[in-house]
Amino acid sequence: MKMRYIDEFRNPDLIKKTLEEIERIVEPDDHFRIMEACGGHTYSIFHFGLQELLPKNIEFIHGPGCPVCVLPPGRVDEGLEIASKNSEVIFTAFGDVMRVPGKKGSPLNHKAMGTDVRMIYSPLDALNIAIKNPDKKVILFAIGFETTAPSTAITVLKAKELDIDNFFVYSNHVKIIPVLKSILDQPNMRIDGFIGPGHASVIIGAHPYEIIAKEYKKPVVISGFEPLDILQSILMLIKQLKSGESKVEIQYKRVVMEEGNVSALEIIDQVFEDRPAFEWRGLGAIQNSALKLKPEFAKWDAEVHFNVEKIHIEENKDAQCGEILKGMLKPNQCKLFGKVCTPDNPVGALMVSSEGACATYYNHLYSTMSS
Amino acid sequence: MCLAIPGKIVELLDDQNQYAMIDVSGVKRKVNISLIKHENVNENDWVLIHVGFAMNKISEEQAKEQLQLLQEIGEDKEAMEEVRGYQFE
Repeated sequence: MKMRYIDEFRNPDLIKKTLEEIERIVEPDDHFRIMEACGGHTYSIFHFGLQELLPKNIEFIHGPGCPVCVLPPGRVDEGLEIASKNSEVIFTAFGDVMRVPGKKGSPLNHKAMGTDVRMIYSPLDALNIAIKNPDKKVILFAIGFETTAPSTAITVLKAKELDIDNFFVYSNHVKIIPVLKSILDQPNMRIDGFIGPGHASVIIGAHPYEIIAKEYKKPVVISGFEPLDILQSILMLIKQLKSGESKVEIQYKRVVMEEGNVSALEIIDQVFEDRPAFEWRGLGAIQNSALKLKPEFAKWDAEVHFNVEKIHIEENKDAQCGEILKGMLKPNQCKLFGKVCTPDNPVGALMVSSEGACATYYNHLYSTMSS
Repeated sequence: MCLAIPGKIVELLDDQNQYAMIDVSGVKRKVNISLIKHENVNENDWVLIHVGFAMNKISEEQAKEQLQLLQEIGEDKEAMEEVRGYQFE
């Protein structure tokens, strides 16, 4: 079945041409460390076998752009605690949250034990559940970068418009630029350039990345997710690196505008404000890196409505999620990878989410070994 | 979570441009289009969909341009090689 705007960007002849051009430009002594910020890019690179097709001079450093992977361990527990202690509470979340391991199990485990946990595909689904169940309280465990925040915001505005008082948002929305800066600020961090997240950039545009290009002097190419998109982005990055440039370019021009989606940015601004700090798994606290509902929307804020006791979980000391998120280690270099930590028995969220670097490595590089 | 998929607007469902019926690979879905209300949205436009919302229109022109750019890789080089090969005295 032909899929428009997808198939064209998988054209084998163009893929071959682009690869040849990359090979032509790369010189034997080159070693480029490129961070693909977004989990979706990590997935695409391995799913389409791009790391095998590219010259070995190009090394991918897997970035923190997987909003499930970077959730601090206690957050899922906090949300589940509310639902498991109150039978009138329904916990709702997207699919990739369902298997995140919490202290007393994942949301799916809790569901098996009787807590009302429901998987949704859209924040609007959670609002509809609230409307259909007026005697229940529905929590939307909201995750995602700026990609998803506007959708949560519209849902909150709808709740306000329709005067729904049994719908609450537990916000774990995070921002891409603060976390990229935090990674660049780490000592011993060596990244030469970035493949910028395609869909978060549909919302925020290209301008926010200027600081990375101008102050940190690293080129950024905002990329689509098909093989040709990623290869073209790598070509654009290498050209900049070879000529000593550092600017922000958009490869994904068919959907990303320089100014982003101005409406969506206004809606985020209307409903959300920055948290002073937010704890990221493996990266510690990062200032102004996450969003919470503004005071005027407190009525729909789960953290205001429910008495949520902060749960701090000690991470498994052997799990090296943090080092992988910082690009210091590859997933298969973690002590627990493939032995204790597998997709069936994940220790950390990098193995749970299909976009997590560890799950990607396991499923694409090691699937033959497991049989 | 980055997952977003192209779809074609089949029908605009209300006057305030809040919802549209969108065809995603043959399956029809009701999608919220409030985030692209400010753009000139019409039936047969292609949009990018994420968690039940249209995030932006997809520019056919830009898509064509990108593919054209990649098609031209190496073509200049071949043309130049040909020209260098001319042995006109």
